[in-house]
Amino acid sequence: MKLDFTHHQSAHCENGVISNLLKHHGYPISEPMAFGIGSGLFFVYLPFLKVNLAPAVSFRPMPGLIFKRFCKRLGIKVNRKKFRTPKKATMALDQMLANDKPVGLQVGVYNLTYFPEEYKFHFNAHNLIVYGKEQGDYLISDPVMETKTVLTAKELELVRFAKGALAPRGHMYYPSDFPEELPLKKAIVKAIKSTCNDMLAPVPIVGVKGIRMVAKAIKKWPHRIGVKKTNHYLGQIIRMQEEIGTGGGGFRFIYGAFLQEASEVLGKPVLLEFSTEITMIGDLWRDFALDASRLYKNRSSEFDGYTKLSEKLMIIADKEERFFKNLKKSL
Amino acid sequence: MKAKDVPQDKSSLTDKNMRELCYATDTDGNYVTKLSKGWEPKIIALNKSLDLLEERALHFKDLYKKGRISPIPYYMELSRMDLSTTASYMGKWNWQIKRHFKPRVFRSLSQKTLEKYATTFQITTTELTDIKD
Repeated sequence: MKLDFTHHQSAHCENGVISNLLKHHGYPISEPMAFGIGSGLFFVYLPFLKVNLAPAVSFRPMPGLIFKRFCKRLGIKVNRKKFRTPKKATMALDQMLANDKPVGLQVGVYNLTYFPEEYKFHFNAHNLIVYGKEQGDYLISDPVMETKTVLTAKELELVRFAKGALAPRGHMYYPSDFPEELPLKKAIVKAIKSTCNDMLAPVPIVGVKGIRMVAKAIKKWPHRIGVKKTNHYLGQIIRMQEEIGTGGGGFRFIYGAFLQEASEVLGKPVLLEFSTEITMIGDLWRDFALDASRLYKNRSSEFDGYTKLSEKLMIIADKEERFFKNLKKSL
Repeated sequence: MKAKDVPQDKSSLTDKNMRELCYATDTDGNYVTKLSKGWEPKIIALNKSLDLLEERALHFKDLYKKGRISPIPYYMELSRMDLSTTASYMGKWNWQIKRHFKPRVFRSLSQKTLEKYATTFQITTTELTDIKD
């Protein structure tokens, strides 16, 4: 069984699976479009939840939410299944492939054989597409990889049934029903409004307020927990912001690409200006990561550097607040 | 970010011939995609994070050699697992795993439990029961 499936590399796995599956079904949805309509841009700071021995910071909503919102806003029906046993999960997958249907799978990253050692962590919300089976091996289109890959049945079972937080339990999904025409314009407007509301939410740990809370914390950390731990915390922020998946600058650049595409679809040139502005904000995030990594590398015990870093992040928060307020008004 | 500024620093991706996709603007300000081999700030953050894991693993190895703890915390670090991930793979509660950190309790574990730990950490039971230098 081997489908004619075209692999397109993307920055982020979830958008990539959406975009690749839709392209397969004949709908030319780009990754930024999938990301934008799914309201993928987000910020949340969870100081009480420790991930990799540091407080959790995320530049995206809960795994699966982008896909869910994307399909809901465009009226696409999605079939989802989770399984009790690996045997049943394999049977269901084989059945889909026998019917020439590619499917999306949620998997754990740790045992993905084609990933470099350094990137293998127990993160269970990675997404990939299976598009065929040849001599017992599964043909994989992993959106973050440059080319298609292969996993043996055993390897695939291991990643589909990874344990721990967000365990996939064989989670398999595919779009099953499409509307006659995708209501792109309506979905884009709704999605942008929703992103603005998220980023301006009156919740201290979310959106612009969340960014400010992190900025304040960066100033205090060296005094409270020492330089070593502070550097580790900063390192984790850099990783969340820039590691495989964000397309750079904590998704700000993908969002810029989305706004550019949206301005064409909606015929609103003003969105082009917003695209330029969020690109500039993305550059500031890159600067922030660069400065943070320098502090980390040089292990300077001067608190001055952290105060400056904190101020930098405050400026980003101010700029983003203005950006999302104006963007909301422009629609 | 300008397309010409997309960083191409040598990283762990380079060894596997992997590149990741970045979004950047061309000279006309239009968005394009470009592949990146790596970026130094990310490499620093990742490497330091791995250093910390190694440091912790060595610390637990040291405590094991002194007879203060069981080998489990060491192998948890090697497998990059925290308490709840380990518990989930073992099908046990967090407190049970924590209890197995005690050398006395660890020695009394059944062969079956030891095998389960070995599978969880993807090692043999011989490796599990004694950390080699």
